[in-house]
Amino acid sequence: MKRGLAEMLRGGVIMDVVDAEQAKIAEDAGAVAVMALERVPADIRRDGGVARMSDPALIEGIQAAVTVPVMAKARIGHFAEAQVLESLEVDYIDESEVLTPADEAHHIDKWAFQVPFVCGATNLGEALRRISEGAAMIRSKGEAGTGNVVEAVRHLRSIIGDMRKIQTADSAERYAWAKQLQAPIDLIEEIAATGKLPVPLFCAGGLATPADASLVMQLGAEAVFVGSGIFKSDDPARRARAIVEATAHYDDPSIVAKVSTGLGSAMEGKEISSLEVKLAERGW
Amino acid sequence: MADRRSRARRVGVLGLQGDVSEHTAVLAGLGAEPVVVRRPADVAGLKALVLPGGESTTMSFLLASSGLDAELEKMVADGLPMLGTCAGMILLSTKVLDGRPDQRCFGAIDVRVRRNGFGRQVRSFETDLEVKGLDEPMHAVFIRAPVVEETGPAVEVLAEVEVPGQPGTRRPVVCASGPVIVSSFHPELEGDSRLHELLLREVEGD
Repeated sequence: MKRGLAEMLRGGVIMDVVDAEQAKIAEDAGAVAVMALERVPADIRRDGGVARMSDPALIEGIQAAVTVPVMAKARIGHFAEAQVLESLEVDYIDESEVLTPADEAHHIDKWAFQVPFVCGATNLGEALRRISEGAAMIRSKGEAGTGNVVEAVRHLRSIIGDMRKIQTADSAERYAWAKQLQAPIDLIEEIAATGKLPVPLFCAGGLATPADASLVMQLGAEAVFVGSGIFKSDDPARRARAIVEATAHYDDPSIVAKVSTGLGSAMEGKEISSLEVKLAERGW
Repeated sequence: MADRRSRARRVGVLGLQGDVSEHTAVLAGLGAEPVVVRRPADVAGLKALVLPGGESTTMSFLLASSGLDAELEKMVADGLPMLGTCAGMILLSTKVLDGRPDQRCFGAIDVRVRRNGFGRQVRSFETDLEVKGLDEPMHAVFIRAPVVEETGPAVEVLAEVEVPGQPGTRRPVVCASGPVIVSSFHPELEGDSRLHELLLREVEGD
């Protein structure tokens, strides 16, 4: 049942919003859900400092403004922030590397909550550790706030590529995979049998254009998160609609072309090698 | 021969957003030929249509942007057999309460529904339901599910649920009217094919 909501979000776009006004724009554009956070990743990057859970007033304002599910971010390991978010009845908690981690060794025990969690991963081992802790959805981490999709592509390819290899592994090799990935053997066996994660796999981190959404959907993502890419662009409402259409019609280049036409400037991107902080390296 | 039979049961699944693949898997398991419908051209030759779970506001937006809204209106007017689960039920209803003002519903079945009528995700629940016409109960997963507030005279209620936390308050959760079946919950998530079987029976005119 926790996983069920994630299944319902498939083929959709989840948009980062900081207030009710942005949440309305996102819902108007056809977002399947919104993600409440204090500052979008590009601003967290620019301003530095400790990034924390949003003010509950902002989350309640967003919940009142839209009819779609509202997600919110808690710091890695900060189970008290997660408890606050659960008491606010958010629909999903993102235990997110975009915020400053609160615990350097432990993630939240997500089985202890009724509300489902999404967690980021850069590779299959990380994804399976999060699932064993109770995550009901996995997203690639990508490199949030950069407008650069290269890290999200790396993470997706790594997760999906390793699943493909596990499908052809024999039983002895599957134990070796469990050791190499530091992941439970029963989850490795499940992947060997189904070729898929036991929870939906979404893509996040650096998406900025309709074609970025089409790319990651074709690579095997089941839905996309867009953060800074929308509200740091010239025309957020239009870009948001275009990304929603490109995600639904990801395999139809003529539609992706049509919605990409005359969108104005995307957010200014960043080269990964120029970054001082790599958010994707947070989490263990 | 098998091929001809499956073509005779070409069933569309509205594929703009939501749990599309669960429905295509159930339909394929029943020997029908599922077709994912994302563009107007995809509706040619359909004998029935399934509208999946997902976000009804997003589907409403994408129906308009893809031009499928006009096709869906036509299919409803033609009396095509349809099954809608959760968001699909909202799209097939006559009136949506607590939705967005610009959200479309296509009036295939005379029910008025309230979006997220059972509450937010933490209020999601599962239960076993008796469904009229089925021998065994159905395991029903309600996820931010819509509530049927009113049904028209032509609508038959096939199953009801007691609203959690409100003893004695029962609401319809599976309804049928002519060739249209809707449910507040997601039989497809459990791989339960019995509502889809009822749909295919409508196709064959039993």
